[in-house]
Amino acid sequence: MSMLHLVNKSPYENGNLNTASSIMQSGDVLLLIEDGVYGAVKKGKASAMLAGHTVSVLGPDLAARGISEDKLADGVTVVDYAGFVDLVEKNDKVQSWL
Amino acid sequence: MAEQIKKFMYINRKAPYGTIYAWEALEVVLIGAAFEQDVSVTFMDDGVYQLVKGQDTSGIGMKNFSPTYAALGDFEITKIYVEKESLEERGLTLDDLQHLVWEDEDEDWAEKDSIRLVSRAELGEVLAGQDVLFNF
Repeated sequence: MSMLHLVNKSPYENGNLNTASSIMQSGDVLLLIEDGVYGAVKKGKASAMLAGHTVSVLGPDLAARGISEDKLADGVTVVDYAGFVDLVEKNDKVQSWL
Repeated sequence: MAEQIKKFMYINRKAPYGTIYAWEALEVVLIGAAFEQDVSVTFMDDGVYQLVKGQDTSGIGMKNFSPTYAALGDFEITKIYVEKESLEERGLTLDDLQHLVWEDEDEDWAEKDSIRLVSRAELGEVLAGQDVLFNF
């Protein structure tokens, strides 16, 4: 039973990414959207929280914020809106850390 | 009665598209510039993300208002403070931000940098010297 975890807030603004990353189970997937995408920037302190997890980010939200894909932490994959739907469909449950 | 010029500081602490704060702040700053006060703007915490260059909002259906920051110099807003610690924590440098300039009419319209990179301690001193603080 896998879960898709959604984080939409900046890790530098609140603790949602910290909560999600520390509660995730083996096989779960983390998708960063909206201001959550700031957590995927390799040089940022918050990217340490992604270690050991399967992580995707929403491409349109990255582009809006001026983050190029070469700035992402290792192993982070970029998905479009269709990829977002695929992740929702592939995982048994969705948990939005609002 | 002599006009009294006050020192106005607008403090930006939020990322640009997740909330409406950044856009609203920019509008208020530009409106306020018309009142000929001594205006400064600060970008700190997630507010530093507002100035990141290369923003392309075509995929999210929102207006990209980041080019408007380049107009601040034309409104005689020449003191833009960016906090060093906020950049470092987020893995950013000044090179990741827009290059904002203003033209000094007293020096034959020489182009000068608007952004002043300051430490948190230095920013504290700047804020202490202001008359009015607006937070976004």
